[in-house]
Order: sequence, then structure tokens, then C-alpha cells
Amino acid sequence: MADGVAVVGVAESDLGITDQTILGLQAQAISRALADAGLSLSDVDGLATNGAARFSTAQVAEYVGLRPTWTDSTAAGGSSYEIFLGHAVDAINAGRCKVVVISYGSNQRSARSRSLAGVAEAHLPDQQFEAPYGPLYPISLYAMAAQRYLHEYGATSQQLAEVAVAARAWALLNPKAFRYDAGPLDVDDVLSSTMVSSPLHVLDCCLVTDGGGAIVVTSLERARELRDDPVVVRGWGECTTSSSMAQVPDLLVPGAAVSGQRALTDAGLSVDDIDVVEIYDSFSINVLLSLEALGFCGRGQAASFVQGGRIRPGGGLALNTSGGGLSYCHPGMFGLLLLVEAVRQLRGECAERQVPGACTALVHATGGALSTHATVVLGVDR
Amino acid sequence: MSNDPAPERPLAPADCDTRGWWDATRRHELVVQRCDSCGHAQHYPRAICTTCGGSELSFQLTQGRGEVETFTVVHRAPNPAFTAPYTVALVRLLEGPVLMTNIVGCAVDDVRIGLKVSVQWEPHPDGRNIPVFTPEGGQHGFPADR
Ligand SMILES: [Zn+2]
Repeated sequence: MADGVAVVGVAESDLGITDQTILGLQAQAISRALADAGLSLSDVDGLATNGAARFSTAQVAEYVGLRPTWTDSTAAGGSSYEIFLGHAVDAINAGRCKVVVISYGSNQRSARSRSLAGVAEAHLPDQQFEAPYGPLYPISLYAMAAQRYLHEYGATSQQLAEVAVAARAWALLNPKAFRYDAGPLDVDDVLSSTMVSSPLHVLDCCLVTDGGGAIVVTSLERARELRDDPVVVRGWGECTTSSSMAQVPDLLVPGAAVSGQRALTDAGLSVDDIDVVEIYDSFSINVLLSLEALGFCGRGQAASFVQGGRIRPGGGLALNTSGGGLSYCHPGMFGLLLLVEAVRQLRGECAERQVPGACTALVHATGGALSTHATVVLGVDR
Repeated sequence: MSNDPAPERPLAPADCDTRGWWDATRRHELVVQRCDSCGHAQHYPRAICTTCGGSELSFQLTQGRGEVETFTVVHRAPNPAFTAPYTVALVRLLEGPVLMTNIVGCAVDDVRIGLKVSVQWEPHPDGRNIPVFTPEGGQHGFPADR
């Protein structure tokens, strides 16, 4: 990877219930991330964003007063931001741009804009071949993957629930988490919560909140001038497998198997070398599927792998240290906030939830209905 | 709430790629697309074979039978056309392709992965029929009207 690219600024916008606009949240996050980097808007020549408008980069650029000469508005759902980061690494290494801002914002909770049926695009095949059956998008697809997982491997809903229980334990250590004050969860709480799409209960599903974030990326050379703790992008990979719910090639082996392998190979690392793991937990099952596909454990083993406190604070695998989409924040698409948390862990800024001595982080995000998959490996600069 | 009849299922119009498939449903025939070049069977119908890239594709009648590959019981209907709880399933046809469907004619608690099912038709107001699946007779010992 040429001379290297690093993250020099990260920020969240306001989170939770904000009563702010999408563009306002983006502007807030961008300003805060640039301040964190010690840069200003005039330093920025690249912008990657989506979800704000039909022409998201144009709209956000206009709103904050940028005229970028490199943009990316890849719309891959929750994994877009890991994909943006990978694309930005290539662009910076190739000399196409110097300072890239990646941003996202959503006011879905304040605006009550989330629909259980998802967003219908009438010309697409799923509106003829899936919508007539009333699946919840995308919950029912993850539920069907979970059902298949439990059947195939003899796992239980109790084991699945541990993912949500552990996420809550982390959230109790994060003052910005939506569930910071909500108290601990136990497995029975999850299993006795409302069933939405079996076997997934409401507590197996991510939050619906507002929120957003931004990160600032530049060459490692420039990064070292800006701060003494830049976070280096060591590797990344992406894999797109399908769009509709009935078209997922393998419900038990998501594209993480491909994107993760590529990211780790780029980095010259194995999963044993990773100190912090941030995995998109849109639904509890997605964490199990991702852990297996990324190679943290074997096929069918994740349900037992996560037991015994292994993924809770102080356990053997520091996973979803912010509290995740399940208990921290889920503004429609969560991928950017996974990166923010990983960078903060590598800078040692996470106070009570800090993973001691964290030097490497793996971030993996999934978008759509097991549609898009992207992995980024980050490391400290030494 | 009101005495209006239940709203129809959301169903987009057929298009030039899918019209043959939907026309078959008017005759209560479940078809899949088969590639004239390589023989690959696929669903949903489209303008290209996803195996060889071929563009010559024909509709082939299926037996209308298959197996539940996985399913979920939906407890919150996304719109008034559906009354929860109901079962959404992926059924693998004997001919290979997988389709999304509902499992009807049995209690939601009786649906299992591996359940053998066969097609039934639900009329849509525009004359098309929507394929749903029901457990094959005698396999499970409960009446079809349960
Ligand atoms: Zn073919």
C-alpha cells in the first residue's frame, strides 16, 4: 500500500433523539472531525457520503461549502463507510486527493422515517417476488439466516441472546450509548422481549436512533505532522453478494469470508493479532455469522464461542466496545460509527471501556440484507 | 377499525422479463426460467443467465414441490395486507431454484426446516395468482384447514 494512509480525525454528531436535520447532523460531525484532526474545510479535497440525498456528495458538499475533486457515493448500506475508507486509501495513494472526509447522518428516530417494509423501488424484482409475502426488510432475512443457523448447528436462542447481553454490558461503560442508563440485560430479558420475526426478538435487533459521524483521512506522511497518534489503515476488502432476500448465495457464510481474508492479507495479520473487533450488529445473528466468516472461530462454533463472558468487557475478545448497534446507537446505517470507535480504542481514548494496550483493530460491516460486506484492519503507527 | 375488505398483497406489475412467468400463474402453473445454452435453472426471471451469461432463456414447468430451506414467523405486519403471525419462507424447488413464499394451511408453530411443501394459488385482483406453499398431504397429520 504505497506509503500509507491514516485516519487523523473522528467524531460523532449528536446521537439518540436529536430533532436535527440530516444535513445539520452531517455538518456537525464534519466540523467536529476536522477539529479533531487539526484541519479545516479548506484542507478537504475529497468527500465520501451517502444517504443524504439522491446526489449525496453534491448535496453535502454544497451544504458545508466544499468543492471536492474526488467523491464517492457508493450506496452499499451499512458497509458503505468501510468501502469508502478503502476507496479513499487507494485514491490518496494514487495522488487523486489529499484529505478525504467520510460522513454520515440520520434523523430517522426524530423524523419517524423508518418503515418495517423497507424502501420499495417498484421496478425491482423483489417487488414482484418478495413483497407479496410480507417479509420485514431486512429483519426477516436475518431471521431466516438465524433460523437456518440454529437448525444447522444445533445452537439455541439463548446462545444468540448473549450477543445482545454483552453489547449492553459494553454500553453501560459508554456515556454516549443510548442504553447507558438502561441497566444490564440478561438472557431472559432478551428471550422474553417481543418476538418480531422469529427467532429474532426485539432485543436481538438494533436500536432505531438518530446519529451520524465523520472521519478524516490523509496520507500517513501528513498524518504524522498533524498528530502523534495517527491510526493507520493496514488493509481492507469488500465483497458484494446479492440484493434481494431470497438471493443470498449462502445464508451461513456471508461475504465477510472474502472481504476479511483480503483485509487481513493486506495487513499481513491474522485474527490472532487483532486486539479490538467492531462488527456490525444490526441483528445478533450477524455477529455470529461474521465471527465465523472472518475466521475468529470455526463454522458453527460462534454460538458457543461467545459464551462464558468472552465478548463482555474484560473477556477474551474485545467486541463491539461502544455497545454496538444493539445498545449504543443505530442511525439507520452504523458502519461509520464502527470506525469511529475503533480509532478511539487505538488512540486510547475510551476511558472505562478502553481495551488496554490496543494496537490493532478489525472493523467489519454488513449492508442491506446480507448484501454488501466490507472489512478494514487498522493499527497504531509503530 | 373498518369493514373494508383486507387490502390486496403488494405486488408490482409484471414487466417484459417476468410477464411469461406471471402469465403461467394465470393457468396455475409454477415455472422457472431455464437457460437454453447451459441448462441452468433460475428464479426470479431475468434477461440473462447468471451462470453462463446467455440471453436465450425459456420457461419450464416445475412440479410445484419443494422443501422449506428456512423460514421466519412474522409477528409485526409491515402493512394492512397481512395479519400477524404468518410464515415467510424460502422454499427450494425440486428443480433447484429458491423462492420466497408464505407457508399456509398449517399452524405457524408446525413449520419446520426440511418440511416438504407443494404450491397453492392465491388469486390477485388483476388476474395473476400468487404462489404460496402448503405442507404436502399426509406428511404431518394435521388437517389442511387448521
Ligand atoms: Zn446459461
